[in-house]
Amino acid sequence: MHIVIIGNGIAGITTARHLRKLDSDCRITVISSETDHFFSRTALMYIYMGHMKYEHTKPYEDWFWGKNRIELLRKHVQQIMPSEKKLRMADESEVYYDKLILATGSAPNRFGWPGQNLGGVQGLYSYQDLQTLEQSTPGLKRAVIVGGGLIGIELAEMLHSRHIPTTFLVRETSFWNGIMPPEESEMINQEILRNGIDLRLETELKEILSDENGHCRAVITNTGEEIPCQFVGLTAGVHPRKELTAGTEIETNRGILVDEYLQTNVEDIYAIGDCAELREPAPGRRAIEAVWYTGKHMGPVLAKTLLGTPTPYRQTTWFNSAKFLDIEWQTYGDVRNQPQDGEKHLFWGHADGTKSVRIIYDATSGTVKAFNLMGIRYRQEVCLKWIDTQTHIEEVLTNLGLANFDPEFYSQYEAAVIEQYNAQNGTSLTLKTRRNPKKVFQFLR
Amino acid sequence: MSQQVDKSLSLANPSPRNLSNPQKLGLGLVGIGLAFLIVALFGGAKGQSLFFLISSLSTMSIGGLLYGYFEYKGRPAGIKNHGVMFFSESSKGVWGWIIGITLTTFYVFLYWFPEYMAGLISIFDPLSHAIGKGNASNWFMYGVFYTVAILVMGVKFLYKYRHNRYQMIRTGSVMFFQLGFAFLLPNILYQMKDVYYDWTSIWPLRYYELFPNSVNDLLSHGGLGKFMVFWGVISILLITPILTYFFGKRWYCSWVCGCGGLAETAGDSFRHLSDKSLKAWKVERWLIYSILVLIVLVTGFLWAAKLPALSSMQGVAGEMSKWYGFFIGAIFSGIIGVGFYPLMGSRVWCRFGCPMAAFLGLQQRFFSRFRITTNGGQCISCGNCSTYCEMGIDVRAYAQKGQNIVRASCVGCGICAAVCPRGVLKLENGPDSGQSRVEEGNY
Repeated sequence: MHIVIIGNGIAGITTARHLRKLDSDCRITVISSETDHFFSRTALMYIYMGHMKYEHTKPYEDWFWGKNRIELLRKHVQQIMPSEKKLRMADESEVYYDKLILATGSAPNRFGWPGQNLGGVQGLYSYQDLQTLEQSTPGLKRAVIVGGGLIGIELAEMLHSRHIPTTFLVRETSFWNGIMPPEESEMINQEILRNGIDLRLETELKEILSDENGHCRAVITNTGEEIPCQFVGLTAGVHPRKELTAGTEIETNRGILVDEYLQTNVEDIYAIGDCAELREPAPGRRAIEAVWYTGKHMGPVLAKTLLGTPTPYRQTTWFNSAKFLDIEWQTYGDVRNQPQDGEKHLFWGHADGTKSVRIIYDATSGTVKAFNLMGIRYRQEVCLKWIDTQTHIEEVLTNLGLANFDPEFYSQYEAAVIEQYNAQNGTSLTLKTRRNPKKVFQFLR
Repeated sequence: MSQQVDKSLSLANPSPRNLSNPQKLGLGLVGIGLAFLIVALFGGAKGQSLFFLISSLSTMSIGGLLYGYFEYKGRPAGIKNHGVMFFSESSKGVWGWIIGITLTTFYVFLYWFPEYMAGLISIFDPLSHAIGKGNASNWFMYGVFYTVAILVMGVKFLYKYRHNRYQMIRTGSVMFFQLGFAFLLPNILYQMKDVYYDWTSIWPLRYYELFPNSVNDLLSHGGLGKFMVFWGVISILLITPILTYFFGKRWYCSWVCGCGGLAETAGDSFRHLSDKSLKAWKVERWLIYSILVLIVLVTGFLWAAKLPALSSMQGVAGEMSKWYGFFIGAIFSGIIGVGFYPLMGSRVWCRFGCPMAAFLGLQQRFFSRFRITTNGGQCISCGNCSTYCEMGIDVRAYAQKGQNIVRASCVGCGICAAVCPRGVLKLENGPDSGQSRVEEGNY
């Protein structure tokens, strides 16, 4: 059986690895026009900032693929021909498959802004985007970033690390407040400003102006201001890459539609990762979850299905993480920017404005639903166990030390979180379990 | 293709270092201090030892501190790795090679031709008269340089990691042990009791400490000497296993040891240069355990040869200890160990050579409560942990599988946990039955 995977990102590569783990006979080919080898897309920013070189971002050494007989093909797929079960490449060569996996990822959104295709205007997603950015960098006097999401703040941090004055246009009233509750969102605003990045809230891009060479020279915002710049970063989200499905029977919506087995409507063609859109997402979950962890979760599941053990993909309790300049963020469970019906939020923030703990629980039953951490590390397994076993908020609080994952000797804030709860609820809870690896071990066993 | 692109990204040096004026002043002072040393080296400090000593050490220390302080001043506390891969000195560029060759040359003269450094060594006489014994030796001079380097670069490191209490306490510890127990106490005891003993350097790192001649020499120095022998034996046989069981080998390698101390402070800028490949790990295991076996054999033979029945071994044992001293003691631990910092990373000796690290590592691997815990499925495989592991451990290989990390070579410096952008890694002492290792694919 020849399994062909289009895309060598985390989703495609995880599938390939697990196929080989489970089966030593199948033929596996991974096709990508981006790079020869799998690298960590999330680490692109560190290459630009000089923390790492490209080589460091490759999770596996180059011999790994040959040793595991995972064939890597550095080509660009032009067309899928499902009836003949073959792919045509940009160089006219052809590849036949028995099973095809589309793991084509995302592409940055461009919302039809005038001037969005000028020189010096780009998104940040691929390795090629990083190369383009590198070429644009020399001589930059000011950069403008459009779109306040995770990639936007990363790009701001990158440019800032090279001492390039950066203006950051954010449409919302506060950074990422569609996702983040107001306190956390404000912490990030302050962190951006503290780093000397010119944050403009409630500001949208209207137009990008061109110089005589077709290169951007300024942006005009919705307030009518003209900001001179030689670089514009478009980071207003991403969308699934589904252009390969054009002219085929493969059904798409925003992404490539798949059932719970990650199969498209066309037999033997599957889609995973950023490009896949679940026909039936779990309640309260999105149909497209374009994060690293989705690809990592889907890969092993699909590998089992392809090798004869049909295994549905289930969205397990949500978690995510990021780093906003120097503030780390971890989230477990479903955190919304405002309390949902029947939900109560316990929020404790440190006076220094860089650390906070938010625990969300059910107002009537008291069961814990989610955690949102800024500048403080919590244990994923402990938090997920509390959520999945519907533990009561007071049980969680008295044992909160179990969740502490900060480095040794760091100040512990569990008692302060409990005080906050006591003050709000008139209770007199005390911390029973402080940070203790032994108790964590027993708890998780 | 990747090679080509990598070059365009790294060698273009896209971010020329913006040195502030105080930093330029700091570098200038270091340069002036070096000039004093060079003048002294060529005999220009005759009769003015004290002036040269104070001038050189103070300008270099103040210059170094100024440079370090203004490197991080005004920047928010946090990880400070911007440009590490671009700067010449930290990315095997011209400055990296110049520093490497200079250090290597210094060590060659220090070990084998100290007579050519007589002028330089003599400026340390006043200090040696104050806290040491007689005129300064090449090793006294080296001890001063070594300690000053750990202290000055230690302060820089403290400031760099001011947001991280583990790093601050650990660095305070290596600075304290170097100054107090590796430099001051040994020299003062030498002055007062005529017996030299480095309290932080344990056999088999200080390989000759338990050789018959050293032991007999110590034993001839009364109660203190006897205590030193006793201390040396229980250090390796009792203290080491107990502390390693509870805390891992880090209690020694990154909290106490002088070699580790220099690597963690002066060597910090080079930590990412260690080779992370599987091949390097294989070489490491062969080398380091061979050296451990070798030093145990050498020590054993030397003692065996003391028995009348085996006295014929004396010649062989003597030769072996001589060659061990030459190849491992001098070339490996000294010249390569520090001279190659800017080329192979700051822990070349600790990783590939140190028999003490090998011994501690075996304990850490097979019976210790220490490990690095991985936080579930949060790893994004970015590679910061592996890149900044000075011991060349591919930390990411474990972290991305959700596995805890139990590796013989880990010195517990904690930098992987510090540079991780997603809070995935934590150094811990506690029970670990292996159940905490999460089955791959759950995440």
